[in-house]
Amino acid sequence: MADADPLIVVDDLTVGYDERVILEHVSFSVARGEVFVILGGSGSGKSTLLKHMIGLYPPLEGRVVIDGRDLTAAEGDERRDILKGIGVMYQSGALFGSMTLAENVRLPLEEYTALPAAAIDLVARMKLELVGLEQFSGHLPAEISGGMQKRAAIARAMALDPPILFLDEPSAGLDPITSAELDALILRLRRALGMTFVIVTHELPSIYAIADRVIMLDKRTRGISAVGDPRVLRDESDDAYVRQFFRREAEAAAA
Amino acid sequence: MASCAVSDLPDGRRVIALAGRLDAASVPSIWDPVHRALDDAPARPVTVDAAEVESCDGAGIALLVDLASHARAAPVEVVRMRPDVDTLYRQFDLARLEHDLDPPPKPLGVVPEIGRATYRVSRDLAEMVSFVGALAAALAYAIAHPASVRWRDVWRICEGVGADALPIVALISFLLGLILAFQSAVPMKRFGAEIFVADLLGLSVLRELGPLMTAILLAGRSGAAFAAEIGTMTVNQEVDALTTMGLDPVRFLVTPRIIAALLMTPLLTLFANLVALAGGALTMETFQIPLVTFFKELDSAVDITDFMAGWAKSFVFAFLIAAVGCMRGLQTSAGASAVGDSATRAVVSGIILLVIADGIFAYLYFVLDI
Repeated sequence: MADADPLIVVDDLTVGYDERVILEHVSFSVARGEVFVILGGSGSGKSTLLKHMIGLYPPLEGRVVIDGRDLTAAEGDERRDILKGIGVMYQSGALFGSMTLAENVRLPLEEYTALPAAAIDLVARMKLELVGLEQFSGHLPAEISGGMQKRAAIARAMALDPPILFLDEPSAGLDPITSAELDALILRLRRALGMTFVIVTHELPSIYAIADRVIMLDKRTRGISAVGDPRVLRDESDDAYVRQFFRREAEAAAA
Repeated sequence: MASCAVSDLPDGRRVIALAGRLDAASVPSIWDPVHRALDDAPARPVTVDAAEVESCDGAGIALLVDLASHARAAPVEVVRMRPDVDTLYRQFDLARLEHDLDPPPKPLGVVPEIGRATYRVSRDLAEMVSFVGALAAALAYAIAHPASVRWRDVWRICEGVGADALPIVALISFLLGLILAFQSAVPMKRFGAEIFVADLLGLSVLRELGPLMTAILLAGRSGAAFAAEIGTMTVNQEVDALTTMGLDPVRFLVTPRIIAALLMTPLLTLFANLVALAGGALTMETFQIPLVTFFKELDSAVDITDFMAGWAKSFVFAFLIAAVGCMRGLQTSAGASAVGDSATRAVVSGIILLVIADGIFAYLYFVLDI
């Protein structure tokens, strides 16, 4: 599935901060319309990989190609153009604190489109309705709960209808019901809009519910220890650590 | 309570019998005696008999672990622990506890420290240069495309930088004028020259103190506020969010603040000049110099060049303070103290830059005979 029509190609990527290498020579691809999950234990480099995939940090080596265009080498307008095609939801939501939810969603529309104000307003309210927050459009981020902030951040990430959404730990800190609602939202968006999702998480129920494929990062090898369908990996992986991870067993139990 | 009894067996073995509850309250009283018993006879094998130990908390287990892993010539063994104490005890791997596996880094020598500090300073300078470049590009873009500036943000920031600063600027300038006039009037009165206080005040306030005091207040209020605001946005990943939206944080966050500072600081400086002179005039009233006389003397002593020489500085000061405040905000790292550090650095760097710029102005005006 991955190689047939790759939308994102991560090619021989080495990432880290300053001199500290976190992942070495990582390569994989994400297919169009796929829900792709990056998982791994704490400190394995999941969020770091995501930050490099969205171009926040330059990799030490390798490149990230999004829809045929090299994000790593792109600059100026080309880079803006590639970034316009992706939406990002950060772990904390990262909504602009001085703006209401509607203003947060309106911002990318105001910056990138020539739509009249009334149209922008309507699109913003529609996006908020999609995540069930239309009645909170005038609230500031600080006035709503953490789960709502995450949903509002998804609405903002979707403002320009990007074909790809990156989500960093969408269900961390959410109650099971809100978390399940978020999963349902992701599946609904994928079905309705054919979006591709790259999600960093280690919520196993959520992974089984939504992931087409996962890659698992391993901090011991600073690389990928498994790629594939999460259920298959759970039952059939040759790697004891991978099976242990999916079965949620403590280290001692597997040994 | 805990107790320990030491006895020596005929075979040369020493037995330390521990008893009672080994917890944080009781362990301190037996820690030293037990260790003395070990150290007194380093060549004797020691058996720690824990049969009478009723219970243990973290401190109690630490005592047992410490005894078992004590470095000495003859071995130490801990025996006859109750099952629950034994379970607690067996959680720990003695070999891994022998020494700190992640000791604090050793302090560097003088030379490496100097090298590191030099590297930090040069990196800071390089960041400053690239920030100046990005800022110049963003400002040029704003001038070429005024519609791209987020004017709503500019007006909101203007309110904070300008209108909200009025009371404090008024108070400080008024007191400055008042004090300056008083301090100079007293000695000048001895020569009957108190009327020339108007000349002194006019020149010093318009050319130097008005713009400088306003700028210092701005550095403390708005420079720190810019750094804290943008720093918090950096910590909350809001700046990352802007970047991944393809929006340049410099254009989006810095440009409105610089424009607001450039619009407001010269106005505040005008206001500060006026209030300081009013303060001076009021003082001179008490020295029997009427307002009319004071302002007439002022009018003859200062001209439009003096005023413009001071006022021109306020634009440069505004730019420096706003730019350095925003730069420190964008440089904010992670951690609870990061935003506070950025605000402090914004104020310190702002004031240093102000003084340097003011020195350059003084030299330029001297050379140009302004």
